[in-house]
This record gives sequence, C-alpha cells and structure tokens, in this order.
Amino acid sequence: MSNKSGLIRRVAISILIAWNVAGYAQESHVGNLVGNARRGKALYQRYCIFCHGQYGDGRGESAAYLDPKPRDFTKAAFKCRSTPSGSLPLDSDLYDTITRGIHASGMPSWKPLLRQERADLVAYVKTFSPSFQEERPGAPVEIPPEPPPSTESIQRGSELFQSMNCWSCHGKDGRGNGPSAVSLTDSKGNPIKPFDFTSGPTFKCGNTDRDMYRDLVTGLDGTPMPSFASATTADQRWDLVHYIRTLSTANRSGHILQVKGR
Amino acid sequence: MQSRYSVLIISITALVYSVAVLGVRTTASAADSPASISGEVKFQGTPPKPTRIDVSQDPLCAKAHSTPLTTEDILVGPDGGLANVVVYISDGLSTQTFQPPQQPAVLEQKGCQYKPHVLAVQSNQKINIINSDETTHNIHPSPVNNREWNMTQPHGMPLEKSFAREEVAVPVKCNVHPWMKGYIAVLKNPYFAVSDKEGHFSLKDLPPGSYTITAWQEKLGTSVQKITVGAGENKTLDFTFKQ
Ligand code: HEC
Ligand code: HEC
Ligand SMILES: [Cu+2]
Repeated sequence: MSNKSGLIRRVAISILIAWNVAGYAQESHVGNLVGNARRGKALYQRYCIFCHGQYGDGRGESAAYLDPKPRDFTKAAFKCRSTPSGSLPLDSDLYDTITRGIHASGMPSWKPLLRQERADLVAYVKTFSPSFQEERPGAPVEIPPEPPPSTESIQRGSELFQSMNCWSCHGKDGRGNGPSAVSLTDSKGNPIKPFDFTSGPTFKCGNTDRDMYRDLVTGLDGTPMPSFASATTADQRWDLVHYIRTLSTANRSGHILQVKGR
Repeated sequence: MQSRYSVLIISITALVYSVAVLGVRTTASAADSPASISGEVKFQGTPPKPTRIDVSQDPLCAKAHSTPLTTEDILVGPDGGLANVVVYISDGLSTQTFQPPQQPAVLEQKGCQYKPHVLAVQSNQKINIINSDETTHNIHPSPVNNREWNMTQPHGMPLEKSFAREEVAVPVKCNVHPWMKGYIAVLKNPYFAVSDKEGHFSLKDLPPGSYTITAWQEKLGTSVQKITVGAGENKTLDFTFKQ
C-alpha cells in the first residue's frame, strides 16, 4: 500500500470513530433500551435539577443542605461502576444507580419512572462532561461464581482486612472508626466517613455479595475507598466479602456469624 | 446531528494540522548545537522548620524510621537552596508535539513517604510505581485535567500508570497514611527538571529560542521568567521564592 492511500485510510477511520463517539455520547444503551438526551433533559429539569444543578455541577438549590453533596457530573467520576478505577461507568451502571438510589444520602430511587425515562436520563447526564465523547469506559469487571462461605474463608478474610489496611479506615471492628477515618475527604475536599459494616446492608452501590465483590475491584471513585483490583485475587475478594458479612448485626441468614478467635 | 458535523470538521482540521506540523518537524530538525539553561532556586528569608509527623498509627511505618519523620513541603538546603521545585518551559516551543521517553519514571513508596516527593514526567510517559514498604498503601492522585484513580498497592505489587495531559502538578496521597503527600508534574515537552537538595537545576539539549520558564513550588506557587538562548549557548537563570 502506498503511503498516501494509507493516510487516506487513517483519515477515514478517525472520522468514523469521531462520528461514532459523538453519536454515542448523545445516547445511552441499557439492554435493549436506547436513551435520548433531548428527552432526558426535560426529565432532568423536572426531577434532578434542584440537587444536581442546571449545569450538572452538583450545585442545585438544595445542595447546600445535603451531606454528602450531590454528584458533580462535569467531573465524570462515579462511585458505583463496574469498570476499573479511573474509568467512565457503563450506561447500565448509571441506570442501575438512578434506579436504586443511594442509601444514606439525598439521592432517591427513581424506580417510579419508566425504564425508558431512566435510560433517557442516563443519556442526558452523560452530556455534562466531554469525557463521554473523548473516552470509552474500560472493560467491565468479571465476577466469578461465589464459593460458599466457610469458617476458613471468613478467617482468611479477617486476615486480609488486617494486611490490606482496611482497618485503618473502617476500624478494627468495622465501625468506620479507624485511625485514618477522621482525615478522610472526598475529591471535592468534603469530609467523608468510611462505611460502618455494623450498620447493616445499606451499601451505596448495592447490597448483594456480587455488588460488594465488584466494589472491591473498582473502588469508589472520587472517595478514599481504593480499588483492590491487582492487590487481591478473586478468592481473596470473596473471603473479604464473607468476613464483612459477619460484621453486620443485621446479618443475612445463611451466613456464618462466628469467626474463630474473635 | 449538528454536533456530529462539528466533530467531523474538528477531526479534519486536526488531521490537516498534524500533517502540517509533521512536515515542519522533518525540515527543522537540524539544530545540531543544543543550548542549556541552569541555575539555582533560592529561598529568601528564614526557612520554616520542618514539623514532626506522628506515624505511630501504623507500626510498620514507625518501624522504618529511627529518627522521626518530618514534613517535606518546604525543604531548604544549608545555603538557602530550595529543593523540589519543578522548572520547565511553559512557552516558546511552537506547537511541536513530543513523544514520551521509552524509559519509565519511578515513584517509590519507602518508609511511608514518596521518593521522590516531587516527580516530573512527560505526558504519557510510563510511571513505575513501587511499594518497598511492608505495609499496604493506596496511591490516589487527584488531578484536575487528567482522570482520577485510586489503587491499593501491597508490598511488591507491580503498578504502571501514566497521565495523558499536562498538569503542574497532580497531588498524590495515600488515604491510609494521611501524612503521605507528594506531587507528579506532567509536562508536554521534555525540557523540565526538579531542583535538587541544594536548589540546583538544569535544562539540557534545548533547541535555540526564546522561552518562558516557569518554576513551581507546592506551597509557594509559581515564578515566571523569560530567556533567550542561542545555538550552543549555556545560560544561567536563578529563581527566588519567599513565604
Ligand atoms: C434530593 C437531592 C437529589 C435529587 C433530586 C437527585 N439526586 Fe442524584 N444524587 C444526590 C446525591 C446527594 C448524590 C451523591 C450521593 C453520594 O455520593 O453518596 C447523588 C448522586 C447521583 C449519581 C451518581 C452515582 C455514582 O455512582 O456516583 C447519579 C448518576 C445521580 N445522582 C443521578 C440523578 C438523577 C438522574 C436524578 C433525577 C432523576 C437525581 N440524581 C436526582 C442527590 C439527588
Ligand atoms: C483509605 C481508606 C479506606 C480503605 C483502606 C478501605 N476503605 Fe472501604 N471505604 C472507605 C470509604 C471512605 C468508604 C465510603 C465511601 C462513600 O461513602 O462514598 C468506603 C466504603 C466501603 C464499602 C461500601 C461500598 C458501598 O457500596 O457503599 C465497602 C464494602 C468497603 N469500603 C470495603 C472495604 C474493604 C473490604 C477494604 C479493605 C480490603 C476497604 N474498604 C478499605 C475508605 C476505605
Ligand atoms: Cu500509605
């Protein structure tokens, strides 16, 4: 191939990519739903603007009264993702969060809205940051089948809780009162509390074991809660999940409550 | 639809532009006697005393130090030289784009501190992040122009990262050990340096030209000077910071 035709081909390809990405940013794809940003805008102005603000920067009229603060969508950093730390979320991640709402925060569940409306909202939320036009989300986390919880698994989880320094934030007994807890802020500089594992299943990004496993891989971006993606193996993450379950007073049935030596 | 067309126009413009720049690069690469700029960054006045850091919350950090750890935000040498100042060309290099060096930069966590405290890299240059400590750190940059990430790193785990866009400087911290703070300066050209313990720096292999040189210090801000260097010329440039 001559140099010139190679160049022409590259021009064509980059134009195609730019075209695709621009189209993608105006839409959302959740299952077989295609969300539309224009429709999403009308819904946003009706339901979300008081908290997240006209410009999506989290500075709506009610923001002053809320702790934690509403998300600033212009930063494109999201807590609940199935993608690696530092990556954009999938459309389905945003859809799931909007559907679920976020415990212990002002963010309500929007399940009463139609599925199509929630998909439209996702499309509009993405228009607040140019990142959604420039980048693609990273590869989603693969969650292997959960091994059954056992005393041994819980014991290993408790050792990892120590060696991975979870305790320095979450506290030795998981009450969210570790020695570093008082120093923690989110990326906006607002104080943030590590999750109190004794408080029951009120996780921000979902309450299932699989949700917790995923959080350990991805971390909660914009907060001190880091990703343990390369730091732990799949088995170790399940061990941690099993251990954390034992800390909850409102423990789900089927989980083993006793840990040897505790 | 409209925005799709504007993207189309932008991508065509960008392409024409990059072809033009490439053309210029091949013809103008004959600068065979490079210039250099070196000098000293000085601290004026009485240097603040570094304060003690209490690391007792993590025995593995405490164990690594026989003398107490102290703050590193303003480090002044015996002759008034200011360390950890990033000195770089902030203007004057036309629109040339530079490939990142093959060699990765190294950022080490040792004794529950960052070594170096201030690291300067080129955009897209690989940064090899090492944890030489027994304890587990999390490394958490909070950039403005780049994407934020936050990774846990136990002893010995390999980790390689890079930043795509220029930013002086990205604060880096470990949330497990609140005293651990450092900076990564990301530059779009290879002409930068970080002042050493005596405050010395040097910018080497410069193409002759007129430049704006910026010096950045984490607490004391920036200082800017203009300088012109001819082919083969070695010029001296000093900076002074005060509190
Ligand atoms: C009463 C205030 C309020 C309203 C109304 C509200 N939100 Fe939120 N929202 C919040 C708060 C507060 C957070 C941050 C919670 C946190 O960080 O724990 C948030 C976070 C989010 C996030 C970020 C999730 C993540 O993973 O980081 C999304 C997406 C979101 N809201 C979408 C919406 C949409 C869409 C609407 C309208 C349908 C909406 N919100 C309405 C308060 C609100
Ligand atoms: C540097 C401090 C820090 C460390 C270390 C840390 N966490 Fe967290 N973690 C946090 C903070 C802060 C939050 C709350 C984030 C928020 O509210 O948005 C959190 C939240 C969580 C959550 C709740 C997620 C949700 O959906 O609400 C889980 C589960 C969790 N951490 C598990 C762990 C485990 C297991 C470890 C160790 C392997 C660990 N954390 C280490 C700071 C930390
Ligand atoms: Cu650390």
